Amino acid sequence: MTTRKFIDIDFSRIESDRMRLNVGPQHPSTHGVLRLEVELDGEVVTDVIPHIGYLHRCFEKIAENVTYPQVIPYVDRMDYVSSMNNELPYVMAVEKLMGIKVPDKVEYIRVIMSELNRIANHQIAIATFGLDAGAFTPFLYLFRDREYILWIFEKASGARLLFNYFWIGGLANDVYPTFKEDVLNIVKQVRKTNQEIERLLIYNKIFIDRTANVGILPADVAINYACSGPVLRGSGVQFDLRKNEPYSIYDRFDFEIPVGKGEVGTVGDSWDRNIVRMREIEQSCRIIEQAVEQMPNEGDVQQAIPKKVRPPKGEIYFRCENPKGELGFYIISDGKDKPYRVKARAPSFVNLSVLPEISRGYLFADLIVILGSIDIVLGEVDR
Amino acid sequence: METFNFLDKIIGESILSAVLSALLPLIFLIVYALIAILGELKISAWIQERLGPMRTGPYGILQPIAEVVKLLQKEDIVPTNANRLLFNLAPFVMFTGAFAGFAVIPFSPAFAPAHINLGLYYIFAVGAFAVIGIVMGGWASNNKYSLLGAMRSASQMISYEIPGALVVLTAAVLANSLDLQEISLAQSGPFWNWFLFGGPGPWTKIWVIPFTLLLSLIFMITSLAETNRTPFDIPEGESELVGGYHTEYSGMKFAMFFFAEYANMFIVASVLTIVFLGGWNSPFGEFMSGYFWGVFWFTSKAMFIVFLQIWLRWTLPRVRVDQLMFLGWKVLLPFALVCFIVLSLYRILY
Repeated sequence: MTTRKFIDIDFSRIESDRMRLNVGPQHPSTHGVLRLEVELDGEVVTDVIPHIGYLHRCFEKIAENVTYPQVIPYVDRMDYVSSMNNELPYVMAVEKLMGIKVPDKVEYIRVIMSELNRIANHQIAIATFGLDAGAFTPFLYLFRDREYILWIFEKASGARLLFNYFWIGGLANDVYPTFKEDVLNIVKQVRKTNQEIERLLIYNKIFIDRTANVGILPADVAINYACSGPVLRGSGVQFDLRKNEPYSIYDRFDFEIPVGKGEVGTVGDSWDRNIVRMREIEQSCRIIEQAVEQMPNEGDVQQAIPKKVRPPKGEIYFRCENPKGELGFYIISDGKDKPYRVKARAPSFVNLSVLPEISRGYLFADLIVILGSIDIVLGEVDR
Repeated sequence: METFNFLDKIIGESILSAVLSALLPLIFLIVYALIAILGELKISAWIQERLGPMRTGPYGILQPIAEVVKLLQKEDIVPTNANRLLFNLAPFVMFTGAFAGFAVIPFSPAFAPAHINLGLYYIFAVGAFAVIGIVMGGWASNNKYSLLGAMRSASQMISYEIPGALVVLTAAVLANSLDLQEISLAQSGPFWNWFLFGGPGPWTKIWVIPFTLLLSLIFMITSLAETNRTPFDIPEGESELVGGYHTEYSGMKFAMFFFAEYANMFIVASVLTIVFLGGWNSPFGEFMSGYFWGVFWFTSKAMFIVFLQIWLRWTLPRVRVDQLMFLGWKVLLPFALVCFIVLSLYRILY
């Protein structure tokens, strides 16, 4: 058991009975139906065992029994707060398998939609993280802004949460005429709220006290556990698939990879993971602005959609930078219209596995903060 | 200004006037609680860019009544393995403690339900009842979350009583009395005679003003901790402990806890008002002062403090249990002690 570094008492030397506490699956801040079996020594966490599977929906087995386009709605339901980002690696994997080249306009719309959804996802992450620390008001400010983003999705695809908008070889339909202005207005609004949240929450003394130096994840541990996304970058590792392994048209944009620097505490603490999300929202805004500027107005978004989706025999692993980390799909095709096997590498699942490692020795209240800082969605953990 | 109980004047000192003196604060408390609940709903809505309740009555002003009716209809659940007696008793113990505090609060020079010369001491004594109620409820629920919440609450309230008591002790030194009416009387005159600004005296008192301001700030913080309000609401911190000590309570018994919390908010707000903001005194000296205006000034000052508590609740995150203890013992207590010594010297020298 590790001891806490910022209190001089070595809790491990005090012998007392341990209490087993069951957190969840109906607990208010487990972010879904996660059950944690927590072993407490007083209020100090000595062990955490996550029990998952309450939301298991057999995604991988269902995918073997439906055709390739029919998998997309199930992909939506994995990480249901960033569905656009989930669709992207799946459709791109199948396109690569079939050798389809999609028109430029489709690529731009996909990038804009993915980045908007990344902003929406990070806003939820920061909002619920604040809620875990006890701040209620920033939560509503961020949800108000997320609502504006959802309106754009609703106008474009007809759905608020589960879009089925990216199709293999194109899009379900073209964007509406005032799309560009709407997106630029959102970017302006998001920036304004970001400043407000920084003042109200991020640099609040109490918030810093609660999150800095809590749940420190060193870079080597993060890499060993195969963490990705803001959890990895919060530990100071500069790794982002959009930059390191550019897919789609991400090589055409100018943006940075924010990493945790230990601004108020140690590198890799909960505050760092959160600030990486804050900074990524800003970077996404930059990408969106560039994409809106470069996006061609003319073009048929359904021009490259194949009549029959029947990839040749073969296999492919394709990964994208999801808001939560690296989302990869491993698809085996046996030449039929249904995939032989679809395996999803879900970032939430992998990131959750590091929770017991980084929460031992902290207080029970810290465990909730650490869980919030990892930002998991149980739909993706259980699939 | 002379202090007395107007009921004794009207109907004579009898059992009847004593009973009426006890009833008036209860009616006041119920009306206040309804207003405070509505205030909490509406203020939180304004802060969060929402509308708040809008359907019940014009602008939702009947919402608190609707909530009470809803709670009355709820099933009264007692967990199977709970200690029935203590479980049922706890909310009422807590409410008794909160309501007993109202007995000595001077609403006006003409009305304090029970005028005793140890008012300040009495308020702190019955205020400690809340801890008993919380620990009782938390332990009897037979729920680990409730137990953790109750333990946290006990340690928190006891730690914060000490700096809080030091602050009011200073006020007692300044006023030379523990009688709440006497303390209010000692601050009569315009607002610079309040203990917030060092109490009455020649302009040379100006050097004690920083100390009294600091003391009132300390008392504000301790009062938040004693009433379990954000940022010190860790006993019921819902993100980790679900509902804390009242996790298992439902219906009217939950409402009693809620009611007691609001009553406690008013008690600490009125202690702050009496001790630092001149109680029922008008801020403008003789202007708008009198027996009736006293009630007005007292309630508006106390309600302003309640408003501050609500405002803070919807703005700040929650501190952690060890940070709370650190703040109480290592920051507030030394500062309160220094202020106490300085102001006692000031009192002796002048």
